[in-house]
Amino acid sequence: MNKLISAVSPHISGMKTTQKIMLDVIIALMPAVIASVIIFGWRSLLVVGICVATCVISEFLFEKLCKREVTITDLSAVVTGVILALNLPVSIPIWQASLGSVIAIIVVKQLFGGIGQNFANPAITARIIMMTAFSTTMTAWVFPDAVSTATPLAALAKGDAASMPSNLELLLGWHGGCLGETCALALILGGVYLLVRRVISWHIPVAFIGTVALMSLVCGKDVLYQLLSGGLMLAAIFMATDYSTSPSTPWGKIIFGVGCGLITVLIRFWGNFPEGVSFSILIMNILTPYISKLTRQRPLIGGEGK
Amino acid sequence: MKIHGIKVPHRKHTADLKPVRLTDVKTITVPMSMHIGKPARAVVKRGDAVKVGQLIGEADGFVSSPIYSGVSGKVLKIDEMTASNGAGVPCVVIENDGQNEVSESVKPPEVSDFQSFIEAVKQSGVVGLGGAGFPTFIKLGVKDVSQIREIIINAAECEPYITSDTRTMLDKPEYIFKGIELLKKYLKAKTFIIGIENNKREAIELMQKKAAQCEGVSVKVLPSIYPQGGEKVLIYNTVGRIVPKGKLPIDVGVIVINVTTLAFIAEYMETGMPLVEKCLTFDGSAVKEPKNVIVPIGTSISELAELAGGFKCEPKKVLYGGPMMGIAVPGLDAPILKNTNAITALDEKDGFMPKTTPCINCGACLSHCPLRLEPREISRAYSMGNAEELAALHVDLCMECGCCSFICPANRPLVQNNKLAKALLRMKQSEQKKEGK
Repeated sequence: MNKLISAVSPHISGMKTTQKIMLDVIIALMPAVIASVIIFGWRSLLVVGICVATCVISEFLFEKLCKREVTITDLSAVVTGVILALNLPVSIPIWQASLGSVIAIIVVKQLFGGIGQNFANPAITARIIMMTAFSTTMTAWVFPDAVSTATPLAALAKGDAASMPSNLELLLGWHGGCLGETCALALILGGVYLLVRRVISWHIPVAFIGTVALMSLVCGKDVLYQLLSGGLMLAAIFMATDYSTSPSTPWGKIIFGVGCGLITVLIRFWGNFPEGVSFSILIMNILTPYISKLTRQRPLIGGEGK
Repeated sequence: MKIHGIKVPHRKHTADLKPVRLTDVKTITVPMSMHIGKPARAVVKRGDAVKVGQLIGEADGFVSSPIYSGVSGKVLKIDEMTASNGAGVPCVVIENDGQNEVSESVKPPEVSDFQSFIEAVKQSGVVGLGGAGFPTFIKLGVKDVSQIREIIINAAECEPYITSDTRTMLDKPEYIFKGIELLKKYLKAKTFIIGIENNKREAIELMQKKAAQCEGVSVKVLPSIYPQGGEKVLIYNTVGRIVPKGKLPIDVGVIVINVTTLAFIAEYMETGMPLVEKCLTFDGSAVKEPKNVIVPIGTSISELAELAGGFKCEPKKVLYGGPMMGIAVPGLDAPILKNTNAITALDEKDGFMPKTTPCINCGACLSHCPLRLEPREISRAYSMGNAEELAALHVDLCMECGCCSFICPANRPLVQNNKLAKALLRMKQSEQKKEGK
């Protein structure tokens, strides 16, 4: 007798897989990676390579060690590696970049149960830990010609007008900063790709960037300068939109984005740090379960409800 | 407000193929439960001679439906078989003598008013032919016909592969409109909307042409977004009303009837031949020649396949219906039922679903659910056995359309989870009721 498969419907599935989504994110990050090589030189590629390799290897080893299923083929560790690298200065010592990657994957992601289970964004948390631990190397901003410089926000905070780049330089990324956060144009290009591919929706980036723009306007700051300098684009497009650590409903995403924007400007304008996007996302990550619960979509139960 | 849904592949390969009648079956195995409600009671016994259209199972109780033979021949046995849901169900096995002798009882019913119309619908043995299998006479037998504002004729046919409703529209348009006249006359209904997905151009044109000559009938062309044919979805997308949870369409002034069901009722009133055969789509990656066929109810899938050109490879998964909501049959000896509108046979490649991977929290299941449920949260609440949370998440609203599982990039069995969660909630609620007493 013919043995037939017995299973619950549906019996077909869509084309999207976790791997394909992650691949789309990697593709979307490529303009920023290429821009970093043009701006900061070939060492950028080395930093990206080290971070990606360390992320993938540490995920593999940890899962082997814990006798869990190895999930490196879903490419999420690659994404974490690229994003972390884009958050580091080009001169970062290799061992520090590697350690940061290990922290991102093992401490922030795997210890909480692996993909989809972590409550904080691995790359952001690792960046914050590294900023605290290696404050000198993490803020050593250099150009390809190895002249040390300040980031636009640091220059602004110090009132150092001579070091402040023009808006065009900001858009193209021709200034000091982390690998991937300087070239706003490349990041926006990646964001448009993610929107077109429907990997992300507009809500978080628009709410995040919009809030920063509005608050800058209200507080009498140079809006364009606030938007294009620092890690805002990288954070709003690639890090705040991380599925695991952000709400899923449209209103949840908007609240999340507005929250990120508010905390960012609070830190930028009145805090001790010149830049605040990392902290803003981390804080909103922690609030995500509550936002999700508050913004549950209303089922179609009809007029009078129950 | 827009009702969410998904784009599924259409695969309507058989839309242009007129159904082929296959009467040359050796035996039919007719289960006494092919409808929602109490099984019918067999009224024939071993050795009895039966004719086409003869009653073999009488309706037992109010929510039940009579069953008739689709062949002439001899009753081989009254047996018990395992239905696709795993339950045992009595069945009548009849050997076909090939004579196709029609029973004397087959004659047009005498219908003069609402009561006799509903009775005739009941005696025809018709149930929801779109797949639901709910006895149609109960649906049409509303307490107060003045409640009816619109009758929606469901011709969306949103499942992949299936084209049997499309064939009804192309092959029996006159019966659809005769059916409308019957409902006008006996249910005093004035407004009719035929809802069709926009991937059936030919059927839409024909229906529009006919509707232009029939007062009160309009055709609503709907986007091909699955599950367009889901009752609540169709009602919202045609008349803009939401059926409240726990209520029926009639509570918002609507009756939804499948187009093939309606055409059958009209045909029955003319010929008196009850529901004994089914037009269905035979397709899928394991099928050699996809086609539409008409077979006696009770024909086994293996015999149907043999007569319809066979399989091109060994089928690995065979479904009653299409791939979105179809039910996997336990074996090829499973019979064609009253509400079977397709047999989809899948090969090894299509039979296995992709591997399940961890949930990445992408939220696609939420943003595609037509009823705006949160399957991800339901899964979590179910895994913790939290019935209170399941009630708050309104899992009992789920119609198991399959959008969430289809769209999930991690291929998580969300529909299965919802089904289990619904069962858990029902159990907890009935326990609570008992304790309350």
